Amino acid sequence: MKPSMTRRSFIATSSLVIAGAAVSSNIDIFNVSPAQAQPNPTFKPHAFLEIGTDDTITVWVGQTNLGQGSHTGIPMVIADELDGDWQTVQVKMAPAGEPFKSPIWHMQATGGSTSIRHRWDMLRTVGAAARQMLVEAAAQQWEVSPAQCTVEAGTVFGPAGQSARFGQLVARAATLPVPENPPLKNPKEYKIIGSARDRLDIPDKVMGKTVYGIDFSVPDMCIAVVARPPVYGATLESYDKEAALAVQGVVDVVELEGRVGVCAETTYGAMKGRDALNIQWSAPSHPELSDETLPAIFSDYLEKPGVIAQDEGDVTGSLAQATTTISQGYQLPYLSHAQVEPLNCTAHVEQDRCRIWMPTQGQTATQMTAAQLTGLAPEQVEVMTLPAGGGFGLRGEQDTVFDAVQLSQALKRPVKVVWSREDDFTNDYFRPASHCTIAAGLNGDGTVAAWSHKIAAPSVMTRVLPQFVKNGVDPDAVSGVWDMPYLFANRKVEYVMVELPIPVGFWRSVGYSVNVFAVESFMDELAHAAGADPLAFRLNHLEQGGRMHALLTALADQADWAAPAPAGRAKGVAVTACFESFAAHVAEVSVSERGRITVHKMHCAIDCGTAVYPDAVKAQAEAGVIMAMSTAFHEKVSFAGGGVSSTNYDSYPLLTMSEVPEIEVYIAQNDLKAGGVGEPVFPSVAPAIANAVFAATGVRLRQLPLVMPS
Amino acid sequence: MITLNVNGTQRQVDATPDTPLLWVLRDNLGLTSVKYTCGIAQCGICTVLLDGEAVRSCAISIDEAAGGEVTTIEGLAEDHPVKIAWIEKQVPQCGYCQPGIMLQTVDFLNRVEKPSDQEIIDAMDDVICRCGSHPRIKEAIVQAAELSAGKRG
Repeated sequence: MKPSMTRRSFIATSSLVIAGAAVSSNIDIFNVSPAQAQPNPTFKPHAFLEIGTDDTITVWVGQTNLGQGSHTGIPMVIADELDGDWQTVQVKMAPAGEPFKSPIWHMQATGGSTSIRHRWDMLRTVGAAARQMLVEAAAQQWEVSPAQCTVEAGTVFGPAGQSARFGQLVARAATLPVPENPPLKNPKEYKIIGSARDRLDIPDKVMGKTVYGIDFSVPDMCIAVVARPPVYGATLESYDKEAALAVQGVVDVVELEGRVGVCAETTYGAMKGRDALNIQWSAPSHPELSDETLPAIFSDYLEKPGVIAQDEGDVTGSLAQATTTISQGYQLPYLSHAQVEPLNCTAHVEQDRCRIWMPTQGQTATQMTAAQLTGLAPEQVEVMTLPAGGGFGLRGEQDTVFDAVQLSQALKRPVKVVWSREDDFTNDYFRPASHCTIAAGLNGDGTVAAWSHKIAAPSVMTRVLPQFVKNGVDPDAVSGVWDMPYLFANRKVEYVMVELPIPVGFWRSVGYSVNVFAVESFMDELAHAAGADPLAFRLNHLEQGGRMHALLTALADQADWAAPAPAGRAKGVAVTACFESFAAHVAEVSVSERGRITVHKMHCAIDCGTAVYPDAVKAQAEAGVIMAMSTAFHEKVSFAGGGVSSTNYDSYPLLTMSEVPEIEVYIAQNDLKAGGVGEPVFPSVAPAIANAVFAATGVRLRQLPLVMPS
Repeated sequence: MITLNVNGTQRQVDATPDTPLLWVLRDNLGLTSVKYTCGIAQCGICTVLLDGEAVRSCAISIDEAAGGEVTTIEGLAEDHPVKIAWIEKQVPQCGYCQPGIMLQTVDFLNRVEKPSDQEIIDAMDDVICRCGSHPRIKEAIVQAAELSAGKRG
């Protein structure tokens, strides 16, 4: 039997088991406490890993499956150090628990491209420790020295031709102490890390068997939708409870703090019930908020004095002495996450326990939220993370936990809360809009003398992680600026916190996705002012021999930067360094006489250290180009009358197939610590396109979305 | 009671005739592979086949669907060329949109056996994928067309 066939039949068998359980009695499979994940596992040297007598290697993953590939990448890291047989590896989602918290953040969350990079040593150590224990068990059995044994693909071999599968050794291995510092492999010995593998979650997704949060059900559950204020600051005035109760299938109507939950036997019943509420809200708190007024509001903020986020060297003096100085402003709009699966949460609150089933990106936050709402201890709250239909940061928000827990408390039964698409767009925690001005000077030799950057933007961290906001500086709001990869001795960053009722939150690659557009556009303007090639100008300001420099040099070669673009097209470049990785893009565009911008080709280069799972890196790089192009050309939240007016995909369109360019991905080959992937591939896409538009037309576009002036 | 023919089986459904097919498939019949996303026939993610033709299940009532043959992703054989191609090309990321996109592909390939690149783009331009799996969708459609041609011999 070919290995691939074994893999496939193995997956087919295991997925049938999971799917069957999820449909008929999913309460069994998801009703596990962290400590009781598997009753009496034969060999479980760590919360991440257990090996059965049937050789099955089960890797428990604490990170949300958003389709980013870490539910295969994490098992690859462990299985490699274990020298396990990949054909017998299966992955399971772990319930929220202490072992799955990031050792750096001390909380369990999936964001910041941290799934592997925060656990690089931990994951390898788990595999290596288990391997050492299995070898020791074999050595004891054969009465030889462990040094005389070798391991290959799930089998330990002895000096006299002995061999034993892992499954035959687990009983003895389980009696041995877990070594704390087992030797790790030399990267040259990796067999699974860096190899081509099929993603473990794809067959179920293709067969339609994956149970996402919105698909989940437990016996005796009802489904709820919640009416919430349609505009910012509106309060509940009246509603017709009886009319909602009269709708077929509606079982209860429950008023929650400032909102109304309608619970029914079906989602559609709940939605019809909510329609029947004839709910009345007070006027918005900020009726003036609209697309027309927001730009001026931001401009006014930008005129206010800011707080100093960074001040290095002598910016004022250097600007005064510069041969040339230029200054420009850039503006970016609020963005929706627009993840395809609407927010949802299923909760069952009982006397002394609370269970949550949810595609959460913030397991610890979910656990704490439910604990606070119920008065239970966090360990009495069991959080089962379900696969998510996209997230991009939004699923760290806990609003649906409030809805589901409070409704389950009121109804004393399990409740699944589903947000409608309109709920999702109207109540999103948007990527912050941002306005900035940058002033910089050039020396006579064409090098940058000083860079002064002032940003006016709302603050995500003030709400989410206020302990990181120091002296009025939200580090997220200035990321990509104060840590840009360029070696400027004189630099200053000012920040003005914009305070509006529009909620903002984490959105793929967070501050970088905003600020890199401005930084990389302005670098292009400086290169033009210096009469320099934009790519050479960047290289000239990067650390020689550094990873950013090396990656951009490689990309120049890969994209054949020196060669002229095909007739009618032009190239633009941009770079970014974030989440312990480096990325760069070259865009090849044309602009029609009527001002239509077409991206023909995108070259993406990424140095993410050890590329654990290269095809997932490639998939993320393709995805980064497409999602970033969607923001470059289409996306902008609209506001009117003090609330959101882009409430579905018809008023918030995404990029579609006809605009997707040819995408080439180049992954740097090295064996350094694994860095982030999903986010670093995003920020430099839009500026590369804007820079290519300038190269094609001489028109500099300083706003997103990109629109040619008529 | 309304009778629906879903994946070759007659199913009795207790719902008002104007209920969108989407919700009956999901909540009444437990076919949760059919996904709610926009509810206004904008995104294409809830697509199912009705008598072989791709339709947005959020925008068609069970009354309209009754009498026709409804096919969801569960109704395609596990070795259907589209499913094989989707796995071979490692298409899904979050995967939420894929059943609808795959069903639209089935309809498309039934009409156009050997599509050009431009025909694929035109046929798939009205569905959304937030993750950005588009390049792999294109590759998988080409492969599925080849596999189907092989099956026809």
